[in-house]
Amino acid sequence: MSTHKVGLVIVSHSAEVARGTAEMARQMGGDVTIVDAGGDAEGGLGSDVAKIMAAIEKAWSPAGVAILCDLGGAETNSEMAIEMRGGDPGAGIVVLKAPLVEGAVVAAAVAATGASLEEVRAAAEEMAS
Amino acid sequence: MPQDMKRLARALIEACADTIAANADRLTALDQAIGDGDHGANMKRGFAALREAADELAALPPSEALKKAGMTLVMKVGGASGPLYGSLLMAMGKTPGVDDGVDATRAAAMLAEGIAAVKARGKSDVGAKTMLDVLVPVHAALERAAADGADAKTLAEQLKATADAAAEATKPMRATRGRASFLGDRSIGHLDPGGESSRLLTHAICDVLVGEMAA
Repeated sequence: MSTHKVGLVIVSHSAEVARGTAEMARQMGGDVTIVDAGGDAEGGLGSDVAKIMAAIEKAWSPAGVAILCDLGGAETNSEMAIEMRGGDPGAGIVVLKAPLVEGAVVAAAVAATGASLEEVRAAAEEMAS
Repeated sequence: MPQDMKRLARALIEACADTIAANADRLTALDQAIGDGDHGANMKRGFAALREAADELAALPPSEALKKAGMTLVMKVGGASGPLYGSLLMAMGKTPGVDDGVDATRAAAMLAEGIAAVKARGKSDVGAKTMLDVLVPVHAALERAAADGADAKTLAEQLKATADAAAEATKPMRATRGRASFLGDRSIGHLDPGGESSRLLTHAICDVLVGEMAA
């Protein structure tokens, strides 16, 4: 078990959904860093690469970062953000294929135990299967 | 860059930004029918940012200009179309020989690189009722015209006609990617907004190239 905990980024088309989901996940997440990145650059509905990149930096942990997102554009923009960050594609940063709210809560609960990024991913993605 | 290349780059940016701005409301209306209704506004914001950066972009070699323009769209457009159009331009800029001059053959190679990037980014392909349903036929027409050695005017007419038919052909398609896929069969009978923006951009680019050749 690492002393570093996986960080979480919550990406929704709605800033309020992202904030609310992060709030619910924090209930389970103890000292896990959970950063919301919702809405477009102007505060409207949408997703924004710059916002997601900034959230990844804030959530950054040597144990890695897991991103949860709601709909297509949020996923596309999250993958773009990971790539634009540079370095090895996706090294230590993954987009989880899990429902946003349920996935975030499970990921936070598992990350809080000091689980690895792979363990966090597996637990959250089990939700979707 | 030589003055004529700078002028061409600026003309291309202006023409693309103009057509997107002029058609933003229509793109939004198309997107409201089968999507989340943000395509017009998102594209308008992205291409306005390109217009603002036109002088800077025109001063760069084409490979770097395309990379920077692609990054600008990624950061400014906002919806999924930002990463998609952004990846298209960035990949076009990575095509070998882009800075050695672009003829029809090289333009076809660039578009092929761009299309591959859009497919990868969107995890999609033709037939899913997306921009790829316009870009892929336009690329095929460009390749054919390049092989035939068509003159600029003929080439432009062929590409524009191909884009028109391809955009129209998205109407009967059932969306399997993007927000429209949630609608299932209800997506049938509507033009794809991404296909339409690709059609508009194809027209704008062709018109500039023909105009520049004549100039």
